[in-house]
Amino acid sequence: MSTARTSTLASLRGSIERLEAHGDAHDLNKITLGHKAADAVLHGGLALATVHEVFAEGHQSATATGFIAGLAGRVSPRQPLVWVRQDFSEIESGALSMSGLAELGLDPRLLVTVRATDTDAALRTAADALACDALGAVVLEVWGQARQLDLVASRKLTLAAAASGVTALLLRVAAEPRPSTAETRWIVRAAHSPPSAPWSAWGAPVFDAQLVRNRHGPVGRWIMEWNCDECLFSEPSAYPQPLAATPAHRPHQAQAFAGQRRAS
Amino acid sequence: MTQTYPSVVVAKQHNAILIHSLDEAAVQAGLSIGLPLANARAICPELTVFDADEVADRKTLEDIADWCDRFTPLVALDPPYGLFLDITGCAHLFGGERALLQIVSSALSHRGFAVSAAIASTSICARTLTRQTSGKIIAEGEEAEAVSPLPVSALGAGDAITAGLRRAGLKTIGDVASRAPHEITARFGAPFTTLLQQALGQGDAPISPRKPPPDYIVEKRFPDPVATDTVIAMNLSALAQMLVTAMDKQGKGARRLEASFFRTDGAVRTISVDTGRPVTKAEVIDRLFRERLDALNDPLDPGFGFDLIRLSASRTEIVVQQQRDLDANVHDNDELSALIDRIAARIGGKRVVVHLPENTHIPERAVLSVPAQHHLAAAAQAAWPERIEGEPPLRPLRLFEKPEPIKVPFATVPDGPPHQFTWRRVTHAVVRVEGPERIAMEWWKQNGDGPTRDYFRIEDEAGLRFWIFRDGLYESESADAEGEPASIRWFVHGLFA
Repeated sequence: MSTARTSTLASLRGSIERLEAHGDAHDLNKITLGHKAADAVLHGGLALATVHEVFAEGHQSATATGFIAGLAGRVSPRQPLVWVRQDFSEIESGALSMSGLAELGLDPRLLVTVRATDTDAALRTAADALACDALGAVVLEVWGQARQLDLVASRKLTLAAAASGVTALLLRVAAEPRPSTAETRWIVRAAHSPPSAPWSAWGAPVFDAQLVRNRHGPVGRWIMEWNCDECLFSEPSAYPQPLAATPAHRPHQAQAFAGQRRAS
Repeated sequence: MTQTYPSVVVAKQHNAILIHSLDEAAVQAGLSIGLPLANARAICPELTVFDADEVADRKTLEDIADWCDRFTPLVALDPPYGLFLDITGCAHLFGGERALLQIVSSALSHRGFAVSAAIASTSICARTLTRQTSGKIIAEGEEAEAVSPLPVSALGAGDAITAGLRRAGLKTIGDVASRAPHEITARFGAPFTTLLQQALGQGDAPISPRKPPPDYIVEKRFPDPVATDTVIAMNLSALAQMLVTAMDKQGKGARRLEASFFRTDGAVRTISVDTGRPVTKAEVIDRLFRERLDALNDPLDPGFGFDLIRLSASRTEIVVQQQRDLDANVHDNDELSALIDRIAARIGGKRVVVHLPENTHIPERAVLSVPAQHHLAAAAQAAWPERIEGEPPLRPLRLFEKPEPIKVPFATVPDGPPHQFTWRRVTHAVVRVEGPERIAMEWWKQNGDGPTRDYFRIEDEAGLRFWIFRDGLYESESADAEGEPASIRWFVHGLFA
């Protein structure tokens, strides 16, 4: 290989490294999710000061909300949380209920909700909020396939998050995954409550969480249960880990995003 | 040469069309205010007639008052045609009272208004003078002498009193003033006596300004109007610095800021910004206004340029200086409220909310969303109900503001949960049920009565969890007037995670 070619390659590698500000996964601060298999794949947990995306189909909006509330609870249990959403998503999937949030173990006192009229305003507000280092996390809830949320917008959010140390969580309901600079991307569906005796309590949030993109490691798919008392994700005892097969009566759901997995 | 016809404005009063106002040519033709239009046409057939538009008149007066804000913060309306300007302590800024009177009169005349202005030590005295002549300045103590020769109609006391005075042979204000006050009071009432005394300079009537005077004002005048965004932004920052310096001397911070842009053609645009806590930094003010100006639906239109930009702090608070180095929490709170102010300046204060618990068990009323700018501290200390250890969530994470109706084909047990239901055209089969949780309406409150609801937690075959309820108790509340069981209505109220 000629010297000129080697130096070109080296300089290209250098610029790619500069572009990817967090070249090494171990540089990032991480917070464990609590689910052991997922934490192992993520090299110790969810990276702070980056962007994470959660996708869900339209009728799974509450499940995805619960999942992202869980992530927010893990990321910033003590610091204020700014939740930016459009007016439309409140009509479509209901308003975020404070009593519901409190029962998940999160603190409604730390929540500031911003009701943006449209995607542009929501995006701009989220970028503003990400620049404020007093926050723990910013949740941006966007309904549908938003044209404005392209690679440039996502890069801006990533840079803002990296500069301030605030974690950005994007809740994308009824949207298809597109290329972005997110650290991780999840597709979340509801999972059954584990089988139990009829008289025992059921109804703790159970997610079928599929990690479809992980910038610094492999992907995977797990059933996670949100533990409201300890505020962390865990393996539901009744489910074999890792998930061997999806329940037989919901194959159409498991296939939902099969064609889009390569989009990342 | 084109012939200009006399023109009049008419309005309908007491079922007759009367002349409301008229121009110089019409006066010379012998017309007067209050004359019926039919008579006027008989006197002068070539008459241009306009309909009176009181709303537009009022608007014009308000616009002129906006323009007058550049001379004094205390401008009061005196409908239908008058304006009071309290120029106490302001006249010297414009080269004295005579020069100020000249500036106002000539500027308004240029724009095509007929102006009659006067300066006196009481507002009523000045108004009385303008009814007869223009451009008079009466020094303190000379009011009685100045108004005495004027006719009683100049007082503006109403037609009945003016006619009564004339019938009594009192033609001028001096004549009325020469009578004993108790005689006048007995005949025309106490308000008239007061009015008369004020016109004579004995006692002043307070004017009611349109806006409360701001606590701090800084402004910049431009000999050449400015129109470009950069220059405007630069000047606004300079003004913010001046304002902060002025407030800082007295340890104040601004809670509400107003920037007024005076255009050369007389239009005034005022933009205000509210803040959650007192602002003491010029950069913050600057940034808030930049956000606000950026987000305006109808952008600032400089037209031919602004010749005056004013920045005022209309609400201020005393700022307690805190030592911030060691207390990170205080710093964080400041950062958060600054962020909330910025977002509020951009998209509106009502769109940034925090949540307070309400003392009610009705699910949709359990939370109050209030503007974050004003309630941040209250929200941080709100007492939310404690969650019960070991229990799964009993309230949904997403709650519909209006419960959405669902179709339930049947329930095996009459007052039991459904086996399947259709919501948004999708049928869900019920796999697990927990309930009912019975929630009665607040019958002890006014308009609080309503059917009792039986709530069920439902999990469907896909693992989705719903919170549904039946409206009304089976067979007792959900019956119509004849006692027949009415159709039972089911709703989905929320979604669990």
